Amino acid sequence: MSDVDRRVAELLALLRRRVTGEYEVDEFGFDPELTDKVLLELVRPLYRDWFRVETTGMEHVPADSGALVVANHSGTIPLDGLMLQVALHDHHPARRALRLLGADLVYRLPLLGHLARKSGHTLACREDADRLLRKGELVGVFPEGFKGVGKPFSERYRLQRFGRGGFVASAIRAQTPIVPCAIVGAEEIYPKIGDLRLLARALGLPYLPVTPLFPWLGPLGAVPLPSKWVIGFGEPVRTDEFDPADADDPMVVFHLTDQIREIIQQQLNELRLRRGHAFPPFF
Amino acid sequence: MTHTVLVTGVSRHIGARVASVLAADPEIGRVIGVDTAPPPSLSSDGGVPLGRTEFVRVDPRGPDIAKVISAADVDTVVHMSLVSAPPRSGGRALMKEQNVIGTMQLLGACQRSATVRRLVVRSTTAVYGSSPRDPAVFTEDAEPAEPPAHGYAKDACEVEGYVRGFTRRRRDVTVTTLRFANFMGPGVDSPLTRYFTQPVLPTALGFDPRLQFVHEDDAVEVLRRTATEDHPGTFNVAGDGVLLLSQCARRAGLVTVPVPSSAFQLMGELARGAGLVDFSPEQLRLMRHGRVVDTTALAAALGRRPAFSTATAFDDFLRARDIAGGLPAALMDLLTRAVAR
Repeated sequence: MSDVDRRVAELLALLRRRVTGEYEVDEFGFDPELTDKVLLELVRPLYRDWFRVETTGMEHVPADSGALVVANHSGTIPLDGLMLQVALHDHHPARRALRLLGADLVYRLPLLGHLARKSGHTLACREDADRLLRKGELVGVFPEGFKGVGKPFSERYRLQRFGRGGFVASAIRAQTPIVPCAIVGAEEIYPKIGDLRLLARALGLPYLPVTPLFPWLGPLGAVPLPSKWVIGFGEPVRTDEFDPADADDPMVVFHLTDQIREIIQQQLNELRLRRGHAFPPFF
Repeated sequence: MTHTVLVTGVSRHIGARVASVLAADPEIGRVIGVDTAPPPSLSSDGGVPLGRTEFVRVDPRGPDIAKVISAADVDTVVHMSLVSAPPRSGGRALMKEQNVIGTMQLLGACQRSATVRRLVVRSTTAVYGSSPRDPAVFTEDAEPAEPPAHGYAKDACEVEGYVRGFTRRRRDVTVTTLRFANFMGPGVDSPLTRYFTQPVLPTALGFDPRLQFVHEDDAVEVLRRTATEDHPGTFNVAGDGVLLLSQCARRAGLVTVPVPSSAFQLMGELARGAGLVDFSPEQLRLMRHGRVVDTTALAAALGRRPAFSTATAFDDFLRARDIAGGLPAALMDLLTRAVAR
């Protein structure tokens, strides 16, 4: 059988599984086949050719056990989550599926909510975080939330407040390591220079950005700027030195949260220096 | 040893099957089945042989149930009469009375009884509600973000509340509350099974809920075990695994018609008004946000996993209803052969 024949046969087998419903999703609604073959396939050109993402420190992400990846959040539209997912799926030796914990806004919206579930993500809540970590999954979290992704361009690469540290408590309860992660490049894709607050409130959105291209160019303004990206993973921070009961001790949790935050800020500064200009061909 | 078992809701499918399986158990002296209407005859559709079950017609809202319990020295009560949809005649008010007042009467009778030692209550996973702010998987101790405010699910919440009160007052009685996922199987007739037997499936645009089913055989087995052994507590009952609504439709070979959420709601109301499908507000929420429960507690207590998974339960239902779903698969096979040639 030639290579082409085999590829056609594979494609037909895939199609048959899809139209007859003979595939499996996990209890969170994660559909690995759809994610790998369709959803990520749509994002890969952006990852490869547009943002030219580089990764460093992939060896710090465990291959077969639970871990919590904690990253900075930026870019006005959370493309950093998608890129992080592609990086871990395509460039980690164990091809790990990233299970992001997202805001409930995502799950309230039609289409977005079920696509997020199908690509493996779930609501940021204690129950889901604990459950995924206990199952040995690779969980991702952006503790800055909307404060990070929606911050103005002038505050780029400055980590915002880290919420209540619920993610640290979950990691301590599950005794899984925390992998600090810095994403450089997302800050420049939609430089937010203004915010249409009234309209955002009317639409029930956390913010409505004004960028150099949006809303002036209409739909064209939604095209992200082609900044150069680097995603770096740092040395894991162990949590098994704590007692699982320490997850209920606010002092322990706040202290570890601050520690993680400082590590990521430092990583960000270093990676940003290493990357140099955001738009290398032009500068 | 169990002597006399009382089963409520015996005129409906699962109740009848539980009564018949208990009646077949030589360890059990007597099985008394009660309901508002006599069970359907064997010849008619859905008739289940009740064996030596003694049927008593009782209005659950009145005190008759207490007489039955005291007269027969009942020691085990299996409360199955929670109805999930308003009866053809009577509507929502009657349904609520049957569910809530009926349970209160039954619990009152049990509390006065000196013989009752074990109580098994059929509840539903609908008590968790269904919202985008809930965790993906509910454990028994989960607190729903939005507790159900309508119909069946609200009744079930109230019933569970009264059962908890009873458990506090009668600590000597072993109380088991079973929260069942949607029943699925050849004999099941529910709003959901009726939904899947339509020629086209209206779905909410942009939503693909996660569903979980429990096969009727597994449900009957769980009820039989809890009625004959002590397993105090509240347990979720569902088949392993999850099916998305889109997956169900594909397996059934049915065409889905996605309609915007608000129109979906309206269609549900209209269909209910016309008596086509009983789709209540909380079921419409389920069709948007889905619901999945954790079943490890029950598996640990019974030392047994369900024989049917969610997917095989659904396949069994499709087979029994003769919903082939073979057309897309056949087309794909045709295409595969054409390409291979």
